[in-house]
Amino acid sequence: MPIEVLMPALSPTMTEGKLAKWVKKEGDAVKSGDVLAEIETDKATMEVEAVDEGRIGKLLVAEGTDGVAVNTPIAILLEEGETSVEAAPTVEESTPKQVAAPSVKGEEETKPTLPTTQDAKGPAAPPPSDEDKYFAKTVKKTVREALRDAMAEEMRRDPTVFLMGEEVAQYQGAYKVSQNLLQEFGPERVIDTPITEHGFAGLGVGAAFQGLRPIVEFMTFNFAMQAIDHIINSAAKTLYMSGGQMGCPIVFRGPNGAAARVGAQHSQDYASWYAHCPGMKVVAPYSAADAKGLLKAAIRDPNPVIFLENEILYGHSFDVPEDEDFIVPIGRAKILRQGKDVTITAYSLMVGQAMAAAARLAEEGIEAEVIDLRTIRPLDVHTVVESVKKTNRLVTVEESWPVCGVGSELAAQMMEHAFDWLDAPVIRVHGADVPLPYAANLEKLALPQPDDIVAAAKKALYRS
Amino acid sequence: MAASRRRTKATPDSAQPQNTPAASPDEMIRYYREMLLIRRFEEKAGQLYGMGLIGGFCHLYIGQEAVVVGIQAALKEGDSVITSYRDHGHMLACNMDPKGVMAELTGRRGGYSKGKGGSMHMFSREKNFYGGHGIVGAQVPLGTGLAFAHKYKKDGGVCTVYLGDGAVNQGQVYESFNMAALWKLPVIYVIENNKYAMGTSQERASAGELHQRGAAYGIPGVQVNGMNVLDVKAASDQWVDYVRSGNGPVIMELKTYRYRGHSMSDPAKYRTKEEVEKMRTESDPIDQMKKHLLDAGIVDEDKLKEIDREVKAIVTEAAEFAQQSPEPDPSELWTDVLVEA
Repeated sequence: MPIEVLMPALSPTMTEGKLAKWVKKEGDAVKSGDVLAEIETDKATMEVEAVDEGRIGKLLVAEGTDGVAVNTPIAILLEEGETSVEAAPTVEESTPKQVAAPSVKGEEETKPTLPTTQDAKGPAAPPPSDEDKYFAKTVKKTVREALRDAMAEEMRRDPTVFLMGEEVAQYQGAYKVSQNLLQEFGPERVIDTPITEHGFAGLGVGAAFQGLRPIVEFMTFNFAMQAIDHIINSAAKTLYMSGGQMGCPIVFRGPNGAAARVGAQHSQDYASWYAHCPGMKVVAPYSAADAKGLLKAAIRDPNPVIFLENEILYGHSFDVPEDEDFIVPIGRAKILRQGKDVTITAYSLMVGQAMAAAARLAEEGIEAEVIDLRTIRPLDVHTVVESVKKTNRLVTVEESWPVCGVGSELAAQMMEHAFDWLDAPVIRVHGADVPLPYAANLEKLALPQPDDIVAAAKKALYRS
Repeated sequence: MAASRRRTKATPDSAQPQNTPAASPDEMIRYYREMLLIRRFEEKAGQLYGMGLIGGFCHLYIGQEAVVVGIQAALKEGDSVITSYRDHGHMLACNMDPKGVMAELTGRRGGYSKGKGGSMHMFSREKNFYGGHGIVGAQVPLGTGLAFAHKYKKDGGVCTVYLGDGAVNQGQVYESFNMAALWKLPVIYVIENNKYAMGTSQERASAGELHQRGAAYGIPGVQVNGMNVLDVKAASDQWVDYVRSGNGPVIMELKTYRYRGHSMSDPAKYRTKEEVEKMRTESDPIDQMKKHLLDAGIVDEDKLKEIDREVKAIVTEAAEFAQQSPEPDPSELWTDVLVEA
């Protein structure tokens, strides 16, 4: 049967073009790959190649014709043995042939809602947790020890879990978090890498595609910027791009945020950077118990998890449940202090600042409710909203910069879910919007202090 | 083993069909058929793109067929494969279903990624094909990680990482070479040197010889005529065996050529028509194989016509499926973001 040659689209945006020149004429034999014609688009002159073999039966559009719409029949190709173009299927006038995308029945009705978090039902409740019952029997541990214990317990439980990163093995961890893991699990599962973040992050993701469960330690998250392409493009997006086939069970962990006097390049909080991206989870614990329970959850999670630790917190001690079954579900905030006057949210090191501020506020008769967010994505908006319904005021605290930050997100969530309960604007306490300075006095000025939080809480209460 | 002793030297310009006994007559017929399937599939994809049925980017493999067919022929079941965005040929060579590949190109629910990945992002766990990656060079550490997993699991598998000559100047490639060499990972880095990184020729982009890029890490490098499938198969047999035996990585530079543009919207101002035409007429991998099959009396013209018909039928069926398969259900927008624990 004669074949219609259609005006091709030669770029993602082309809708029409000029048929500049016919290279073949009527009667010419063509084989697949032969150039038939030249077409001018708004960008370039391009060649149209034959896909089928045959002989040109008829040229339907004259050379030099401008504005030929994509999919307009431009020639008739005869196959072996055919002599007449008459047998060609009727060219539907000369309008562009509509190649209909199969319509989905009832498309209008089934159209999903716009990608907004707004929902009449309000924010989803956080996952349930039985963590409290484990606090009957606890032991004092530093955050450092708790993290190490979490990894060791999970590595004993699952042979596919391994740890890799700079100085994690022989050196016992740049911050001594992986102490004794090499001794217990050997060099096949506790792997010193060269200083090569982009490379080993990608290598870890590849290993996770094969079903291993890598824990990739960044000496600090500042260096993970070298690796962010693999974290976002390779780890977080592949499940979706593969239609659900290729999951990536991986944990990227390490200290995040400012330490002390290490300057601008070593002092950044990445919580909002990673929380921005779908396809992964972001955790930033404060206490040793949460560090342990959440790291165990992260290692068992079938998705990529960004696990943000804090160098200053490594040496802080907390009560940690002894039971190895203690797990903290990702996505559940924790109310650390009950209060009725103002809600204060924080994560990681800033939880300590928020608690210090709450103690000071209490001296002035203000009862602040302090929420440790613990997970930044998925953010437990439900718990914050429920608190704000009680206090009618929200102060958010984060070490990071204000623009598009975690506080900004919480403020937006309150607009959507708690607007009618707010008696004052949401106030964000955050790091100064500058690269972190080195000088001791300037560094202190740049980072949120309990005084800043106290002042913000009073402002929300219209007291000064 | 010193790399220099094992290096074979060949270029597309000096391509000569060889009588290397790297394959039996049946295998040679199979290679011909697989290369022809890729060629016809890609021509059809180009046509569907022209009809507006395929959108966005679409990077065709036409001209490079001998590379993936020759390499894959040397691999075993269980070996893993990863590549960049010029990936349709690799998927077909991994025995993925042409219908599923074409339906992904048209963005339909019958596609390998349910229409959510597109030309550059397809995967098959079943066939150990790990994508389909759109960031130049990113597949190199990922594939090195696949090789790491083979070694960790002690499953005897190797990973083949395909990268273009454009990817060899990315830093992460060398980060990967270093770790692969340090840890003796079972990985074959196949540089598909088609001479042009988009529109920039190798001479303008890359200093030195590409197959020697691993020399500083002690990784053996070999240059192979990528326009002759038997040459590719012979070299692959040798080097896959070397890698599988625990000797660490190898770099194979396959000298090849793409006839079509970098992607569909490529005006091809960076090379002459004569250059393309010369490669097509003198070095075409399919024509070479066809001539070899006929000259050696392995097949006759009728048999070739039969193969042509079979391949055409497969491609036609794939194209029909790709147009008939419905678009993804709107609810698919929200699925596969996270694995529900």
